[in-house]
Order: sequence, then structure tokens, then C-alpha cells
Amino acid sequence: MSGASEPVGRRASLLATVGTHALLVLASIAALYPVLWVLKIALQPGQSFDNDPSPFPSSVSLEHFVEVTSTTTASGGWLFGRQLFNSLAVSGLTTAVGLLLATSAAYAFSRFRFAGREAGLTAFLLTQIFPGIVMLIPLYILLDLMGLLNALAGLVLVYSTTSVPFATWMLKGYFDTIPKELEEAARIDGASSFYIFSRIVLPLARPALAVTALFSFMTAWNEFILAATLMNDASSFTLPVALQRYVGEYQTDWGSFAAGAVIVSVPVMALFYALQRHLVGGLTAGAVKG
Amino acid sequence: MTRTARAGLAALLAWGPAAHAGQTVVLWHAYRGAEETALTQVVDAYEAAHPDVTVETLGVPYEALASKLTTAIPRDNGPDVFVFAHERVGGWTHAGLLRPVADWATAPSADTFLPASLPPLTVDGALMGLPLASKSVILFRNTDLVPEAPATVDALVASAEAHTGPGRFGLAYEAESFYFHAPWYFGLGGTLAAEPPLVDFTSAPFVDSLAFVDGLQEAHVMPDEATGALVAQLFNEGRAAFVVSGPWFLGEIGDVPYALSPLPAFPSGPARPFMTEEAVFVSATAAHPDAGAALASWLAGPEAAVVRATVGRQVVASAAAWDDPALASDPVLSAFRDQLPDTVPMDNRPQMRDVWEPAQLALKKVLRGDASAAEAGAAAARRLSAITAPTPAPANPTPYLGLLATAVLGGLAVLWRWVAGVRAQGALGDTLRAWTWIAPAMAAVLVLVFVPFATGIGISLFAHDEGTWTFVGLANFRAIVTGQYFPLLHPLGFVYTLLVTVLWTAANVVLHLALGLFLALLLNRKGLALRPVYRVLLILPWAVPNYITALIWKGLFHKQFGAINGLLEALGLQGVSWFSSFPTAFAANLCTNVWLGFPFMMVVCLGALQAIPSELYEAAEVDGAGAWDRFRHVTLPLLQPALVPAVLLGTVWTFNQFNIVYLVSGGEPDGATEILISEAYRWAFTRQERFGYAAAYAVLIFVVLLGWSAVSTRLARRAEEAAR
Repeated sequence: MSGASEPVGRRASLLATVGTHALLVLASIAALYPVLWVLKIALQPGQSFDNDPSPFPSSVSLEHFVEVTSTTTASGGWLFGRQLFNSLAVSGLTTAVGLLLATSAAYAFSRFRFAGREAGLTAFLLTQIFPGIVMLIPLYILLDLMGLLNALAGLVLVYSTTSVPFATWMLKGYFDTIPKELEEAARIDGASSFYIFSRIVLPLARPALAVTALFSFMTAWNEFILAATLMNDASSFTLPVALQRYVGEYQTDWGSFAAGAVIVSVPVMALFYALQRHLVGGLTAGAVKG
Repeated sequence: MTRTARAGLAALLAWGPAAHAGQTVVLWHAYRGAEETALTQVVDAYEAAHPDVTVETLGVPYEALASKLTTAIPRDNGPDVFVFAHERVGGWTHAGLLRPVADWATAPSADTFLPASLPPLTVDGALMGLPLASKSVILFRNTDLVPEAPATVDALVASAEAHTGPGRFGLAYEAESFYFHAPWYFGLGGTLAAEPPLVDFTSAPFVDSLAFVDGLQEAHVMPDEATGALVAQLFNEGRAAFVVSGPWFLGEIGDVPYALSPLPAFPSGPARPFMTEEAVFVSATAAHPDAGAALASWLAGPEAAVVRATVGRQVVASAAAWDDPALASDPVLSAFRDQLPDTVPMDNRPQMRDVWEPAQLALKKVLRGDASAAEAGAAAARRLSAITAPTPAPANPTPYLGLLATAVLGGLAVLWRWVAGVRAQGALGDTLRAWTWIAPAMAAVLVLVFVPFATGIGISLFAHDEGTWTFVGLANFRAIVTGQYFPLLHPLGFVYTLLVTVLWTAANVVLHLALGLFLALLLNRKGLALRPVYRVLLILPWAVPNYITALIWKGLFHKQFGAINGLLEALGLQGVSWFSSFPTAFAANLCTNVWLGFPFMMVVCLGALQAIPSELYEAAEVDGAGAWDRFRHVTLPLLQPALVPAVLLGTVWTFNQFNIVYLVSGGEPDGATEILISEAYRWAFTRQERFGYAAAYAVLIFVVLLGWSAVSTRLARRAEEAAR
């Protein structure tokens, strides 16, 4: 900082540091407060209602968590476990399939110059402005014709394709920033396009892949309307659909809903935490350097 | 069913005809809590008696169940048997979703079920389902406060006024809902008309009933904006003398001494509540109709009814069940049963569903003090005529088909010339090679994104009414853009909603960007301590699924239970009724969406800031540039390439941010905060399934966004070129 050696400058810089921290603390409180509030409702026993603004529970019990996680199927199986598995399987497969489709398309868009490139990119961008609600009923009919109704595979198919366009654009942006010299050297050595793609480009694109994977995972993990329409039995529900049961027509079981909300949110939060280093670089590298 | 027939049927079922061997019967229902427990017990008993039959039950929330049934049954994916209230029976019968009872059970005799239970399930003279239980509201009272039941409405009001004071209310019920309001309307002489519109909102009984609740509100006898949760809490804390509610309320009463009595009478007659009959139906496309029919008959029979009444606390329809001493001596269930003759069954035609939205509009207007009873009634009548406007006249599809054929041929010709051009350049091989990399993604997107969207566009040229589709050409679009149903510049009118949507999008994106950039600049300060901690905390809102965020914030903004009003009160301020005026409701939506959306912009800005080489700042400093100059001439221009796509995407996402608007304000007040996408959803799923009209809305949204992105990308490109 300029003039850090002068006392006036030091005082100004101290003031700026204190101010920065004050603002960041304030923003963090605002970001954290609603989350703590849900945690409080989830931990507080019974269906107590009050507008006490304190974000800390007055007494703590795990009864709502037990209630939410101990649902059983008619045959006595562990329903919640099954639904958790469904959510994990659907989101995991969506991520894998979506990434597979998107990376190969993104690589071609980034590295090859060919007829139809602009049109293809525009078509992918267009999908982002399709209002999803009109597609609900046609999708239902389509999946029914394909025999994929009430099947987790149907959900994986729909989720991975809806996440592909955005993923392709993001990855293409990142691929654009990777210098071509490396690939050209490998090509001179006689390496195939696929070899270059899988052994040289993909490892370098790890931050972007991580971020794209996170987005695909979130799309599938959080989706609710389609899953509720397409799935017909409780043991093929994903967690968001299972959670819907607690928000009823006449009464809402806020305690259980909050506990369920916490459970659903934790994996995504954990992923964000694990990937946050990549998040900052992976999201923007394409746009900044490209 | 006679006893011998029943015994014969039971024997037949118990000894299992071969046709039933190893069959799985699928049963859908919307029960929760004690009612679900009772149903499970009854089903278990059935399975025990029929080892060759397995019953697979699925519980889905009520509204979700209705739409699931409507979509699944016509395509053979529905259940064999389902339990639902009678209110949809008329529409479902005409859409061919139900199997008439005559096809699967002996006609019940006059004394098999309570007399009130069969008419609601009858369509054009045919019984469509077997009744299980009746639901209607009744008067609950705290017997510590009010030992004797009031016989007249005047006595009720007098007693309620006597028990009203600071924080105490004489009467608590969900006054904004027409379902709870109906007793006053019917008691004051209101009726359900034989022909639609079923309720005349400008009639004396309806206006009188509005004036009646207005009076109660003026006297502060009722709490403001009462929800089910508030009513239960007030009653359990001894702060409400009377409650109007239904059987579901029994499960929410704590240790308060209470009693039930029929709703009191006006001079013109008793206050008569709505009645719904829950019934078991056999679906038209049942895979196992016989086994399903047997299960349905069992569920409605007296043995199962006793369990449903004692365990599930249902007011069961089976007459024989009431001979059971446990039921006959039950004061609570008997009170509900005895009131049945003074109830009004909901009309089972689809037109019944048109009544709720306008009636609620009128009630909210009056209770908020926005309008007199007569004005509110007139507003409701206008809303009703708008949402029930007749479907447009059929159009001749030939010109459209001609247009479509020309477009397809033209498209093919362009494609052919393009391929020929590529081949002439000798680039066909390279192009094909590149496309093999893209083909899997493109094929998937074409099939699962473009095809459904094109289908949606097609749907916008049709009108949908009770399962039948009529080709109407551009009539849906004409109706929307000319304001045929709603004046364009009023809530729910197209131009008004478009302006709200634009305001919503602009406000959100500006706040996301300002907040995100500001926090990113703070986080990017050199040598900042605790940076990782702040970063994690500030990203947190992004990690919460947005439907959960929406419900959390709806709770935070709740008038009586919300922490935000709690905070205001702790600061000595008055709590705000957030969803009763446009600015506050819009602010609540905005606040929610800004909270969930700023981390994305912050992360984008942070990434872009970190990529700016520090030498640039050092050079600028050497040149004597101040902090603001450095921000203006170094930071901003270098951020721009990262910000432009983020802002573009953010705009599109916010424009279609359905979850937040639908779940937080729900369009309140009176549809004023509705945005285009939530309005489209309402036309498709909450008002008579106007799929064509909703699809036309969606197409207009698409066109608006397409125009906007074309313009904005051009502007961005020009700005970029100018910067160079």
C-alpha cells in the first residue's frame, strides 16, 4: 500500500481493514441467518411456533431428524435409505453422463473449425431460454413412449440432457484458455485426437470439470417438479419429492420439513466446500482469458 | 350390498379365485398421520386375509395426487384403485378416468351408506365410487371459556366479543379461504347454482357474508391472516374461544378442554359448511380391475370403516359401522355425523374449481380493508368471468399446415444447400469428424429438449378443455396480447405482468451484481485475514436448494411466526403484513432471490479479479492513479468479459425464476407480484388446465427473451469493440 510507512497511511489502512472485516461479518451474518433459523426449527422439539428472532434453539432434540430418516416401506424396508440412494444414484449418473456428453462436444466446439459450429453453439444457448414448464407434459408423454416412466434411468436421461448445454458452454470457455501448443506438439508426435483430448486436455481442465460436475450434480439433486410427476412409487422417489410430503394442504410439519431440508442441503454444501478452490477459477477462466 | 352378497363376496375373495393369484394391486391416496395409519392397518388386514394379493400403496400430497392421476390414468400408468375427495368426480368421469361402480360392485342399497354420502359421487345418474368418509367443518370451543354451545350466530358473535381482548380472539379460523367462509354464505341464503357460474358473487347472500366477516374483523374478534398453524396455536394457548375447523384439527389440539357443536344458525337458517366425500375409485385403466374392485369394496365396507373411524378418526360413510359401540358412543365423530344433513356437498363438476380463486380474492380484499363488500363481490365476479371465459372457436388448421409444410420444405432446402456448399469446399470430411464429437450431446438435447419444446409450441395453437383438444390457431395469443380476459395494464394482464417481470429481473440482476462485485472486491483485498472462512459463509446461500430457500424465506416473512417481524418487534417497530401490498410482497420476493443469487456473481467476480495481473495496478499506481481511477480504468474493463456472459445468463434465469415467486409471495396481493412464468403455470395447473393458453404464454416468454438476448449480445459486442 502506498505510504504504509507514514503513520497517517497506517491509520487509514487499519481503518480500511477494520471496515472490510465489519462489512464481511455483516454479510456473513445475513448469509448465515436463514440457514441457522432452519437448523433451529429442525432441532427444536415439537411443532413450536414463535417469532423469536434468535437463531439458536431453546432446547435441542433430534426427534425430527429421527422421524424423517426412519420412514419405512410397506414391507418394512428402510424407505429413507432407499430414497437417499435414489437421489445419490440419479445425481451421480447425471453428472457422469452429462459430463461425458458435454466434454466431448465442448472440445469439438473449442478446437475444430467446421461448418455448423456457430449454429450448434447458438442452439445450445437457446435451450437456456426455454421456459421449462411447457415441456412438462410433452416430456411425460415422451418418456412414457420410451418406457422410462417411473424409472430412475428416465430421470437421469432428462437431467443429464438439460444440464448439457450449460456445461458445454462452460467447458468450451475453459478449453479455449488451454494453450494449443501442447496439443500441436503431441499431434506432430502422431497422437490421435482422442489421445490428446483424454491425456492432455482433460487433466488440464480439471478445475472446470469439477465446477461443471458440481452444477450437473446440483441440477439433479435439487430437481423436484419433474421427479414428482414422473415417479409413481415411494421407493423410486428422490429426496426432494419425499420432502414434499411434509408440506401439506391443511398443515405443514415444519419441524420435519426443516430436518429434511438440512439433510438435503448438507451434501451440496459439502461439495461446495470441497470444490470452492476450483469454483473461483473454473467458472470464469474461459471468459477472462478468452 | 346385502349381507349375503357381502358374505359371498368375502368368501370368494378369501378363498382366492385363481385369477387373483400373485396379483399386486396399486393403491394411491393422499392420507397422512392417523388416517394413513388407519389405511395401512386396513390394507394389512386385507393382505392377511388374501395371501395371494399384495397391495402397494403410495401416499402423495392432495394436489399432487390429483394432477398425477389426471396424467397417469389415460396413459395406463395409473393405480388400480385410489382414494380421493368427490370434488373432481364430474371432470374425471367425462374424461373417462373412472370405472362406474355398477361395473365392479353390486349397487349399494339405500341403507348401506349414510344418506348424504352417495349424491356427491353420482354423475349423470351413475355412481362412480364407493364413499369412505365425509369431511366438513364444525364449531370447536374451549369449554373452560365457553361451557355452553351457542345456538345462533348472534349468540356466537356476542360470546366471541366477550372473549376478545389484547392477544385473545373470540373466533379463529382461516377466514381468507372460501372453504371456511362458505358456512356464512350458505347460512345467509346462498346456494350453488344448477348451471355455471356456480356462485353469483354479486348476489345478496355473498355480499352479506362478506359484510358479516368484515364486521367480525372490525371488532377484532378474529386474528389477521389466520393460517391453520396460527389457529391451532391460539386455541392450544387458550387464546381463542371458538375455532371453525374440520376433523384434521382434532390431531392438533393439545391439552385444552374442548367440545364440538354444529355451526350456529342465522335467522335465515343454519350456517351450512361445505362437505366433501372421500371415496374409493377403480381407475378405468386398472391393470387388475377385479382385484382392485375387491379391495375397494373392502375399504368401503363396515369392518374397515370401524378401523378407519377409531384409528383414523374419520366420519365414516358405512352405515353399519355406526352400530359399533365404539363409534356410536364417540361424541366427536357423532357431532360431525349429526351435522351432515346441514352441509352442502361441493359440486362435483370442474366448474367448482373456478370458484375458489375469485372468492378468495374478494375475502382478502374485504379483510384487508381494501374494498367494501359490494366492491369485493364485483371484483370476484370479474375474476370469475375472466378465468372461465369460453375456449376460443375452432380454427381451420389447413393454412397452418400449409405454412408448416412450407417451413419444413424450406428448412430442408437450406440444409441441402448448406451441405452442398460444405462439400464444394471439400470440408465435408472435417465437418463430419467434428460432428461425431458433438453428435451424442446434440442428439440428446434435440430429443429431450427441442422436441418437447416444439411440442409445447404446437400445444399453444390448441385449446384444452376437460381432456379434449381443439385447434384454435393463434386465438390464444390474440387473447393474451389484446387483454381479452384481463385488462392489459391490470394485475394478471399481459402488459402489467411483463412490466413486473422486467422490473423483477432488472432489480435482481442489479442487486446481484452490485452485491457480488462489492463483496468480491472486499474479499480480494491483499492480505485479508480469514478469507477462506468468509468465502465459505458467503457461498452458503448458493448451496441451499432454491425451493427450500423459498419456503424458508416465506416462513421468515410470516406475519405472526416470522423472524423478520420478530426482529422488527424486538427493535420496537410494528410487524409488517408482508404479502398484503405490492411493494412489501415484491420486496420479500426480491430479498429471497437476492440472497440466493448474489454468491454466483460474487464467485464470478472473484475469479475474474484474481486473474487480473497485479502489475497492472502497480503500473497504474506509478502513473498516480487513485483507488477510484484504478477501479474505473483497470478493474472494470478487465472484469467485463467475465461479467457479460454471467449477466446474460443471470437475466434469463431470473426472468424465469418460478420457484421463488410461486412459493414466497404466490402472486399476492391479488396476482400483483406474479411474473410471466408463474402466471403460465397457474393457467396450466391451477385453473381448469388451460394447457394451450399456458403454452402460448410460454412461447411469448421465449420470444421476449430471444429478442432481449439478440439485442444485448449485439450491444455487448459493440461495447467490446469500442473498448479496443
